[in-house]
Amino acid sequence: MTTSSGAAWIASPTLKKVAQGIKKKFNWGRALVISIPTIWLAIFFLVPFLVVFKISLSTTEIAQPPYSALFAWDAEEAIAVLRLNLGNYLFLFEDTLYIDAYWSSIKIAAISTALTLVIAYPMAYAIARSHPKYRMILLALVILPFWTSFLLRVYAWMGFLKKDGVINGFLLNVGIIDQPLAIMNTDTAVYIGIIYTYLPFMILPLYTALEKLDGTLLEAAADLGATAWKTFFFVTLPLSVPGIVAGCMLVFIPAVGEFVIPALLGGSDTLMIGRVLWDEFFLNRDWPMASAVAIVMLLFLVLPIMLFRNTQGTKGENF
Amino acid sequence: MKKKSTFLMITATLGFAFLYAPIVSLVVYSFNASKLVTVWGGFSTKWYGELLDNDQILDAAFISLKIAVISATLAVVLGTIAGFCLSRFKRFRGRMALSGMVTAPLVMPEVITGLSLLLLFVAMEGLLGWPSGRGTLTVIIAHVTFCMAYVAVIVQSRLSSMDESLEEAAMDLGAKPGSLFFLVTLPLIMPAIVSGWLLSFTLSLDDLVIASFVSGPGNSTLPMVIFSKIRLGVSPEINALATLMIAAIALGVIATVFQMHRLKKNAV
Repeated sequence: MTTSSGAAWIASPTLKKVAQGIKKKFNWGRALVISIPTIWLAIFFLVPFLVVFKISLSTTEIAQPPYSALFAWDAEEAIAVLRLNLGNYLFLFEDTLYIDAYWSSIKIAAISTALTLVIAYPMAYAIARSHPKYRMILLALVILPFWTSFLLRVYAWMGFLKKDGVINGFLLNVGIIDQPLAIMNTDTAVYIGIIYTYLPFMILPLYTALEKLDGTLLEAAADLGATAWKTFFFVTLPLSVPGIVAGCMLVFIPAVGEFVIPALLGGSDTLMIGRVLWDEFFLNRDWPMASAVAIVMLLFLVLPIMLFRNTQGTKGENF
Repeated sequence: MKKKSTFLMITATLGFAFLYAPIVSLVVYSFNASKLVTVWGGFSTKWYGELLDNDQILDAAFISLKIAVISATLAVVLGTIAGFCLSRFKRFRGRMALSGMVTAPLVMPEVITGLSLLLLFVAMEGLLGWPSGRGTLTVIIAHVTFCMAYVAVIVQSRLSSMDESLEEAAMDLGAKPGSLFFLVTLPLIMPAIVSGWLLSFTLSLDDLVIASFVSGPGNSTLPMVIFSKIRLGVSPEINALATLMIAAIALGVIATVFQMHRLKKNAV
């Protein structure tokens, strides 16, 4: 204690500990560094959701901006009046258009996620089991399309699927069909588009999970007499569950709100909630309604997003 | 076992064909003299000529490139700081919030992000008078926000898989936190930062939905112009544009991969 100079109160070991604790806790440099990205994300990612929620409770007005204020000053009573309008939410459940759109978005997203998984799993498995020399090249080949423009890749499918497009031209020339197939502007085209654009997002986490798989476990299973398929279902598959969950969430969540794919490949009867929100905003200019649609969509996605967050480990290393 | 590996080979080959066939056809038909996709009218570069005469596309391309360079740079700065905090500061108040805000933008549907940012900008303009109107600035802010999440994830995973002993050694030798970061940590995570920048650049250059919400009149980005053109159908000019973009991106990625490969080899 003699080394610490000065007043008696600082000589007290407890107080000294507290003082040190305070000094440690208020590492100003560190706090500043942490606060920069936190404040940016809070303002431009978190607060916007509150604004959306607020506006979803207001009424559409022909004004600039086109919605009513929640708080109004009542001059006669001299009090502030809070005007909440639940009408947008009520309308969401009254008009079957919205319920149908939510339901069909979730259905389309779920089915395409499952199909993507079925296509991606053997690919990820083949890459993970390939010779280490080729592994990086194969992985780069998976990632490369992901680096090229998403919009242009969807556009490429328009040329592929349309009535006088590449696929129909090929099948007609070979003679497999005598009438062009109507794939473009149907739900099938939307499925193909979603599977195609999100395939790399599924392969990467699956690959990460499968690459880490301990080869001796597979050998042990084989030694104990398990067939190749049995080994796969009882050893490989369960061990790759984290990769499956991460991959499925990476596909499912953005697919639910997808706009570009149904707008370009889907038909006029392809109902997806992302498109409904877009039309509500850009065509009807009904900002409060678009906000209510967004809030309900977010509620549907909270659970999958939490699930995704919990599987987040070392996913980013593959980009 | 043998049967299974042929099965794997076949599915993997088909999978890669599925990934590349549309891109290849896009490139091939950009050299097609005929306007029809199914008819091969002979080799021609006339669509490239028409593309270079299209001022609307060129102007939009310039705006998009400008936005992409600025957003990628800012996103790399903010994302690196976020990734660094999450992997090197083990415990701090708001850690959960920061890691949540870094992960959520990765999967958030673009229509929601776009709408919410636009409504924020409108509300801020009404309240603070800033940002006045919407244009390049608002698009940059939006792109920085979702790109920095990608950068943070890349940097964080690079830092977590990295040995901390070098940083500890520097600290033992008396390096101050500032010089420790700039002289030791930063050079070590440079590959992650480079790929973060390239990814942000591509994502920003490619974004249609968010830009449509937050951009103002007269500030159409390239994807917005492309979208309004292809909504009406296939256009060979866009094929030519796509080929140029794919070539540029492929060259960039290949050059980066080679560079990193060389760096890795030298390091070992």
